[in-house]
Amino acid sequence: MTTNLSVDEKKDVYGVIGKNPLRHDGTDKVTGRAQYGADIRLPGMLYGAMLRSPHAHARILSIDTSKAEAYSGVRAVVTAKDLPDVESKIAELGEGTINLLHQSNNVMAKDKVLYFGHAIAGVAAINAHVAEEAAALIKVEYEVLPPVLDVRKAMQHDSPILLDGMRTDELGKKGDYPSNIAAHYQAQVGDVEKGFQDAAVIVEREFFTSMVHQGYIEPQNATAQHNPDGQITIWCSTQGAFGVREQVAEILQIPISKIRVIPMEIGGGFGGKIGVYLEPVVVLLSRKSGHRPVKMTMSRSDVLAATGPTSGSYVKVKMGADANGMIAAAQAMLAYEAGAYPGSPVGAGMGVIFAPYRIENALIDGYDVLVNKPRTAAYRAPGGTNAAFACESVIDELSEKLGMDPFDFRLLNGAKEGDRRVDGPVYDRIGFLETLEAAKNSPHYRAQLEGPNRGRGVAGGFWFNYGGKSSASVSVNSDGTVSLLTGSVDIGGTRTSVAMQLAEGLGIPAESIRPVVADTDSVGYTEGTYGSRTTFATGWAVYEVGKQLKEKLLERAATIWETELDQIRFEHGIFLFDDKQMTFAELASRLDETGGPVVASAAVRPEQSGPAFAAHIVDVEVDPETGKVQILRYTAVQDAGKAIYPDYVESQMQGGVAQGVGWALNEEYLYDDQGRLVNSSLLDYRMPVALDLPMIDTILVEVPNPGHPYGVRGVGEVPIIPPPAALVNAIYRAMGVRMNILPATPARVVAELNKQKG
Amino acid sequence: MNKKIRVQATINGEEFEFLCEPRQSLLEVLRETLGLTGAKEGCNNGNCGACNVILDGALVNSCLVLAVEIDGCNVTTIEGIATPQGLHPLQQKFIAHAALQCGFCTPGFIVASKALLDQIPNPSESEVRQWLAGNLCRCTGYDRIVRAVMDAAQSQEKTL
Repeated sequence: MTTNLSVDEKKDVYGVIGKNPLRHDGTDKVTGRAQYGADIRLPGMLYGAMLRSPHAHARILSIDTSKAEAYSGVRAVVTAKDLPDVESKIAELGEGTINLLHQSNNVMAKDKVLYFGHAIAGVAAINAHVAEEAAALIKVEYEVLPPVLDVRKAMQHDSPILLDGMRTDELGKKGDYPSNIAAHYQAQVGDVEKGFQDAAVIVEREFFTSMVHQGYIEPQNATAQHNPDGQITIWCSTQGAFGVREQVAEILQIPISKIRVIPMEIGGGFGGKIGVYLEPVVVLLSRKSGHRPVKMTMSRSDVLAATGPTSGSYVKVKMGADANGMIAAAQAMLAYEAGAYPGSPVGAGMGVIFAPYRIENALIDGYDVLVNKPRTAAYRAPGGTNAAFACESVIDELSEKLGMDPFDFRLLNGAKEGDRRVDGPVYDRIGFLETLEAAKNSPHYRAQLEGPNRGRGVAGGFWFNYGGKSSASVSVNSDGTVSLLTGSVDIGGTRTSVAMQLAEGLGIPAESIRPVVADTDSVGYTEGTYGSRTTFATGWAVYEVGKQLKEKLLERAATIWETELDQIRFEHGIFLFDDKQMTFAELASRLDETGGPVVASAAVRPEQSGPAFAAHIVDVEVDPETGKVQILRYTAVQDAGKAIYPDYVESQMQGGVAQGVGWALNEEYLYDDQGRLVNSSLLDYRMPVALDLPMIDTILVEVPNPGHPYGVRGVGEVPIIPPPAALVNAIYRAMGVRMNILPATPARVVAELNKQKG
Repeated sequence: MNKKIRVQATINGEEFEFLCEPRQSLLEVLRETLGLTGAKEGCNNGNCGACNVILDGALVNSCLVLAVEIDGCNVTTIEGIATPQGLHPLQQKFIAHAALQCGFCTPGFIVASKALLDQIPNPSESEVRQWLAGNLCRCTGYDRIVRAVMDAAQSQEKTL
């Protein structure tokens, strides 16, 4: 069931946006014709394999590749020795920054391996089996070191140190001694001590989460052709081709003009396919193998062991409210596992944790902490879910202690236009209160939940969203269609959501746009598909290019009608002058006689993006014997600003809920005491299947974003934020136990129930 | 050990003859030898369903079948689901219901759903969810996939 509650005054004037045309790439994707990265096959292509570390923490004493090189069918072997020395340099990488030296060391380990599965050497051979056999012949001598696996132990002075020479960035100043704490950040407003003194009710709790993986179904893959003239072509599965070009250029110290990246169809990313893993290695292998193309795909166990996960975390939250339910003060300490190299999303977690609420006294401390686990990557609203799990659980407890409905408590304290976030920014027009009202008034929330061991939980959520750079190029075809090139990889229907915004401006059907995802040599610079930015920012670029196209076509119409430009009007795809009129298609067929082709291009860089808010409701039934949590009903409510392509907005919401449910109830990285990942398969790392979930109802709220021509807010990320908190709140209402460790597995629920019994 | 073996099979109604090593999976041969890349490798150990094909009427993970085992068999892959007349109702309904985002798991889901409708022409929601529990989708939360399959079942019923 889906509902749309819009406060957009312009919603009835749109001809294309807000409708649900069939997606342009639908037929390719239901017939198996769409070409994903691993589907590529080039003449003379070799296949790659990677040797990975069996240890979580060890010094590399020596690497002997001679047996692998001599193995029949092998064409090249590379190690970190083949990588140029790169400087310690910070690069912007989509949703977070990365130090290029660390990035290089992560691609292939140089002196130390820092996690189980850390890549060490790449092999290219005549087929994948031979490449794997040869990789197993590479001899590596290690000095095994004790692994650091727990975020709080890693912070202690006597912990083994991952990166020799790392000093804590302590609120901007470098620390005096080596530490696994890469950075300590702080945000504050008002006087938190005084605030707690004024509080009538205070709740203070600790929360623990484990690393979880993005879980895209398509493993990482990359194919490269290194030509004798130094020109390089890379075909890969990435969220952003330009980002791959930059990273490969920096890691291999090659000018970007030598590298062309062709983004193939991508089988899911969720933030995990922004940083490169295989791309630099296949380039080196192609060069070393006599310039043959080399393809490498990761196995699922390598995907889980060596890519992606987002931080496990320790979060402590203290919140106080006065007798009327107004939040008096809030304090939080967040320690996030960065994995092997600095760069956890703890900063984003600090921004998210109290963002939905108006809080005058707050103090937030955040720690970015190294542990011997894979370098973390962005995962859908990176850092946000861990933080909201903690805050929204505490808010549930506060509202219970105050005897208030949990939505009423949030409505009383919810942020609106003009309110200041703890970390500084002041909100423009936002839709959190409208979203909460819609949730409170939903059929789901109004329905009674009856029966034993059943409970209803709710939670709110905030996500910043991101703007960033996007480009678009268009050309008018003589049959009245328009070809559209963008640099935005299409992970979930954005060819169409972007094309619709061009079609709207030109007054023609979405089907008359031919959207193409272009490579790095074919369109202007475009950031990746991350930060909920594609429909927002690339949509804006396309809006601008549409305006240019319209101006150029008006000139052509003026030429045909031999009149002045200002005499011609353009309405709903029709050019009008006196009693004459011409459709877009009619004019398109007359370009030759009026001066030739009509093309245009535009680039944008919106500085602000317009945050997204969500409110979720879930009903559960808990089996008191087994601890299994069954989801009976789920409703996700979200402010989409303007839902350009509603079916796909709702699908983002439903998909975010499913990932949040997995995080809440099943998914976690399990390491043994030596730091070996013991559940690196999709059987043991259990993501939700169709049987685990009910239908997921959605309610779209539309409070137009004043910072976008069509009012768009990014929609992709915020729906993962509320589910874990909503679920543990529901478990509490069902059974009276508060789960403060994710995932709330059956075993953990049973343990809490047993504790409750005493 | 790596001596190649000759295999003959019917794939999507066409006779195929190929050589393969005993260790090669059906998935590998479909993708790398025969160029049928619609079946996807998501896990290579039977947990994700992205490589689903129908083998002599039974739904299988092609990563768990050795290519030599299909000698004399009949295989349907995603490339064989549409007819020259057009898309199969499942394919139409997946597009119409927006039952895909990235599309990587989609071939597996459509092949699995085809096998379901071949056996149970009008399944209930719980039968659909049970049957598709071997296929992982990380994008959609399954809601739209289940609706698409049930709608396709109904439209097939009407045409029969």
